[in-house]
Amino acid sequence: MAEEGHKLAIFRGLVKFKSNQQKIWGVLLFLSIVTTIEVALGIIKPQILMGSFLRMKLLNWIFIILTIVKAYYIAWDFMHIRDERSGLKNSIVLPLVILIPYLAFILLLEGDYIFDVMASGFTAWNF
Amino acid sequence: MEVTSNTALEEGQVWGGGNQPLNASYGKMMMWFFIVSDALTFTGFLVSYGFSRFKNINSWPIADEVFTHFPFLHGIDAPMYYVALMTFILIFSSVTMVLAVDAGHHMNKSKVTLYMLLTIIGGAIFVGSQAWEWKNFIKGEYGALETRGGQILQFVNQDTGKRAAIQEFAVGIPSERATHQSSNGIWYQSEKALPNVSVAEVTKGFIADENLVIRTQQLTEDGRKTVLSREASLAKINEAVGVVEGANLIHNEYGNRLFADFFFFITGFHGFHVFSGVVINIIIFFNVILGTYERRGHYEMVEKVGLYWHFVD
Repeated sequence: MAEEGHKLAIFRGLVKFKSNQQKIWGVLLFLSIVTTIEVALGIIKPQILMGSFLRMKLLNWIFIILTIVKAYYIAWDFMHIRDERSGLKNSIVLPLVILIPYLAFILLLEGDYIFDVMASGFTAWNF
Repeated sequence: MEVTSNTALEEGQVWGGGNQPLNASYGKMMMWFFIVSDALTFTGFLVSYGFSRFKNINSWPIADEVFTHFPFLHGIDAPMYYVALMTFILIFSSVTMVLAVDAGHHMNKSKVTLYMLLTIIGGAIFVGSQAWEWKNFIKGEYGALETRGGQILQFVNQDTGKRAAIQEFAVGIPSERATHQSSNGIWYQSEKALPNVSVAEVTKGFIADENLVIRTQQLTEDGRKTVLSREASLAKINEAVGVVEGANLIHNEYGNRLFADFFFFITGFHGFHVFSGVVINIIIFFNVILGTYERRGHYEMVEKVGLYWHFVD
């Protein structure tokens, strides 16, 4: 079963693999490169990326984006979402894509607000 | 299986029963929906961690200073290297899992067995590493004092800029104070083991050593911990009420207590998932060896476990 079911192209058809096994190794190579970049950035911490964007360091934004890229390829190729029907695909991906950023957005905004209140309030928190 | 023939069916026939809507078996679909709900649970944890972090953004511990250990390299500062290594281990065990699923599609029993075994080993290494990280985190490294408000005071050598361990500079004061046990004094009451050094001993050692200054939890503009001057340190040390060594759910020598709470909770939850994944993998592994899936005619069970395993990674 399923030999014909696998779509073997990644990067929007830029790279095509002959068999599913080759694709697995290709994706592994890609994931390893991404992880190596992450680790290298984490060790070097280039000064240029320490600037702040939306109250978070640029470096942290890069980490988040690279992690999402990795999660995409793990889900799409290792977990075979690429081969599923669009109905199943959407019912899995859409709730996560909508709810996670939403929850993160409201709670982080709230945390930031509480920080401001505690920093500018009249009660001493540091004693 | 019938990828092409299924699409040709009329709408009424698809939902009429007897075939699989969405072309996914019941078990696989339910595994997916479990993963979605579990992903949302983890999101809740991580976002609440982020909430607490943003709330205490100017006093949050610096992770590079907490996780500095690497196995067999004692005393060498290796910030986050081990965490990075663990990430690689997880990626590799993920790949062996896909290879097992792929070999299952080809009904290749010996390959499935081999790759499942490798996956189990990778998972076991990860769980073991995590236990080791916990051990280091609980044991602590330098020790610190805690003020009444729960602020952590750490000690730094002024000349070298290196952290100083309270065990090393504290001056012993003879004391009669022993751990109270339920066998003596008031019955049925006992206390936890006392720290090796008392606040008075640390204070005395601190005053004696001119080079020591206090480092507070507060972060400066460029994201480092504030180091007080010698005079300010001498004033600050009088506010200390307790000695903290290592971290637990109530005290945390690395800084904010919430950091330790979230660390234990989130990594504990994740570690439990990985552990149960290893157990399930072992069960499937033996089923493969016994030929259960060979007789069943397909290795879909390996695929379902594979889904769970990737998610855990």
